[in-house]
Amino acid sequence: MSDAIVTALLELADDHLVLGHRLSEWCGHAPMLEEDLALPSMGLDLIGAARVLYTRAGEIEGKGRGEDDFAYLRDERAYRNCLLVERPNGDFAQTMLRQLYFAAFMEPYWKAALGSSDAVVQGLAAKALKEVAYHIRHSAEWVIRLGDGTAESAARMAEAVVELHGYTDELFLSSEAAQAAEAAGILPGRAALRTAWEAALKPVFAEAQLDWPEKVWPQSGGRKGEHGEALGHMLAEMQVIARAHPGAVW
Amino acid sequence: MAEATRLWEVFIRPRNGLSHRHVGSLHAADEVLALQAARDVYTRRGEGTSIWVIPSDAITASDPDHAAEMFDPTADKIYRHPTFYDIPEDVGHM
Repeated sequence: MSDAIVTALLELADDHLVLGHRLSEWCGHAPMLEEDLALPSMGLDLIGAARVLYTRAGEIEGKGRGEDDFAYLRDERAYRNCLLVERPNGDFAQTMLRQLYFAAFMEPYWKAALGSSDAVVQGLAAKALKEVAYHIRHSAEWVIRLGDGTAESAARMAEAVVELHGYTDELFLSSEAAQAAEAAGILPGRAALRTAWEAALKPVFAEAQLDWPEKVWPQSGGRKGEHGEALGHMLAEMQVIARAHPGAVW
Repeated sequence: MAEATRLWEVFIRPRNGLSHRHVGSLHAADEVLALQAARDVYTRRGEGTSIWVIPSDAITASDPDHAAEMFDPTADKIYRHPTFYDIPEDVGHM
């Protein structure tokens, strides 16, 4: 039972760490200084949530593992994040759409988590709700401006939808561990959030002159540790210092 | 990219009761993104409770070349300073 809870918390934590790290990759590379601050700032929100979840998972597990052990000492196959968050940054359109997809899912998720039976999850939900509201606002404004912008930006935005939409289905799938956490009242169910997610996104798509894809080929596997090639490269970069200098502090 | 986007001046009010103060400028395509950028650039450490953004080109500024005629004539009008008035003691602290 507690194994399943730990796994379910790690799934959620991994989503946040991986996407947070992806956003941090924009640091120093964003098209303008203002976004160079905005993207890592959202990334820090996500990494902050991941830290809380890893720590809680470690407490429940009771084997002395903490946030750094989970983040830096697990291999790709042990990561349980959904595939959407590990997708490479691509261009600005892809980064913003990926963010919008995830944030629009997490808002109703955190709302439901306000009723969690776990005090840590409940507290995190209250904090994360404010953060994710801003992530939606920021990424939606960009999706609208790029989708309804120049011919070039509109084409890139439409391409981002083709590239990423198939990865959104996995957001609504609950692993066995997640189902156990749901049954224990610790984490909310996922499938029921689709209505809220679509209701949040469809007006943005309409304003952005983007077609809502009716036919997609859903990709999944992240919750089983079956990841795309991109995650291994990301983890290699993220973990190299911690692994080269075990136990180092600064 | 910065050349294509408009320049905005940012004003932050640090606390209720204080006035908005100019803190800097930024580039953004329109007022919505300017406000978000101002939030991300200038309120990272809890500096603000309210933000104004104003297109830089909407500000009419005094010409430094006119400084002499604009500001120097007040230099000899020290009687405009309130230090010459006797305040009755009953008034107390003003």
